Amino acid sequence: MWLTRLLVGAYPRWIGSAPTAAQRIYFGNHTSHMDTVVLWAALPEELRSNTRPVAAKDYWDRPGIRGAIARDELNVVMVDRSREDPNADPLEPLRDALEHGFSLIIFPEGTRSAQPLPGPFKSGLYHLASEFPQVELIPVYIENLHRSMPKGALLPVPIISTVRFGAVMSLAPGEDKDAFLERARAAVIRLAS
Amino acid sequence: MNLSQQETFLAVLGAVALLSAVATGLGQWAVHQTTDSARLARLGVLNSRVRASWSVLAVFTIAFALGPVALLVVFALASFFALREFVSLTPIKSSDHWALVLAFYLVIPAQYVLLGFGRASVFATFIPVYVFLLLPVVVAIRQDNERFLERIAKVQWGLMISVYCISHAPAIATLPIRGYEGRGPLLLLFFLLVLFMTDVLQILFSAALGGRALKSNPNKTAYGVLAGSACGALVGTGLWWMTPFTWWQALVMSLVIVGTGYLGSVVLAAVKQSLGARQWDTEFELTRGVLERLDALTFAAPLFWQITRYFWVIRADV
Repeated sequence: MWLTRLLVGAYPRWIGSAPTAAQRIYFGNHTSHMDTVVLWAALPEELRSNTRPVAAKDYWDRPGIRGAIARDELNVVMVDRSREDPNADPLEPLRDALEHGFSLIIFPEGTRSAQPLPGPFKSGLYHLASEFPQVELIPVYIENLHRSMPKGALLPVPIISTVRFGAVMSLAPGEDKDAFLERARAAVIRLAS
Repeated sequence: MNLSQQETFLAVLGAVALLSAVATGLGQWAVHQTTDSARLARLGVLNSRVRASWSVLAVFTIAFALGPVALLVVFALASFFALREFVSLTPIKSSDHWALVLAFYLVIPAQYVLLGFGRASVFATFIPVYVFLLLPVVVAIRQDNERFLERIAKVQWGLMISVYCISHAPAIATLPIRGYEGRGPLLLLFFLLVLFMTDVLQILFSAALGGRALKSNPNKTAYGVLAGSACGALVGTGLWWMTPFTWWQALVMSLVIVGTGYLGSVVLAAVKQSLGARQWDTEFELTRGVLERLDALTFAAPLFWQITRYFWVIRADV
């Protein structure tokens, strides 16, 4: 925690919304392994215990320090990206967490991108939004972090990163999947400028 | 003056604390007295400087109580935060990653360890010579030569300003001046006091005298800078008893600090602009806005160190 702050700052800036205890899904651009920790660290302390980042099982669920951080500190919801069992729904653990009242942090691109601006979003966000209409959706833009730890780098370069939280959005009635995902992506991009 | 170093130090810190307290009170009072928006803005800056002085004071007292190593750690952290800020504003490519990793994790500790072991000649050449030659090698090996010179220059500049220049401030405390043994931190305190007082006085006189704001700093005017600098130098002269200098030497050295400090802030304002920054972080939280606070120090510290070393250490031994 304090190490993250020392290395990359993680200063929050609430632009369109305020930090409240409402149940939320924070969704943002994914450029670095540290995104998860940084976004989580930027939340006020009292919200952190109730907010669970969603992360790929194949990367985080391993013995050693990485797994320990994921399980004990961040209380991560593991998602199976491999789809070994074609009938299993990868969103199931997320639904489970939402039903238990947790807020979630997700990166809908599904993988890290080299550019600061996010690529197309995967459909998981849409499904969650339609099944849990009462949960507030908050777009988040993480600035600068892609420069701290580019893909393949071992050590992060210290840098000041800002985490910008945008205005609450929700699925409009009758809005179709692609339109919604594009709108969500645009909301993140708008925070970048 | 028969006070021990400890007593002198505490007395000066106490006086500064008192001064800050008075300034805090005056600042709050003045905000309620004026409605002119330009003056209000300057007062706001002044009040934030005074608030900053409290935290600097606290850090300094703790560091002094813990000894010279703590002083080095404090300034090493300042270098770290300054470099972090510099890098945040500088566009970097991913192939510069290794150069920056070296800068943060090797150069900063090495520079302060060299200082800690008192290797003045290595300390003064490490970054401008050895690191200067090493960094381009690290980047060139990656064979990404696009805008090579520009990228290297930015990393080198960041290191010179944030690490090399800032590390000369604690170096002032380690100068082996004959007849002044064990009182090094007092000289550092003298240096910091002159810088800080000049800064505050310049803003104060700018607010009082008015006039057109400077391009390099919207909080200061030309008259304000002149009057503030003159008074800052007088403050330094008045503090001659805590230095190894006579009163006229203290005046000259104060003028050196004030003059180079002013040039430093002008140059850093230009650097800031050419990096395309809207501004350095203006929020001062001890860990942010470090470059903004230390802009004058970056130029004043190395020059003060060199001049003092030449005339009071090297020449004195001849």
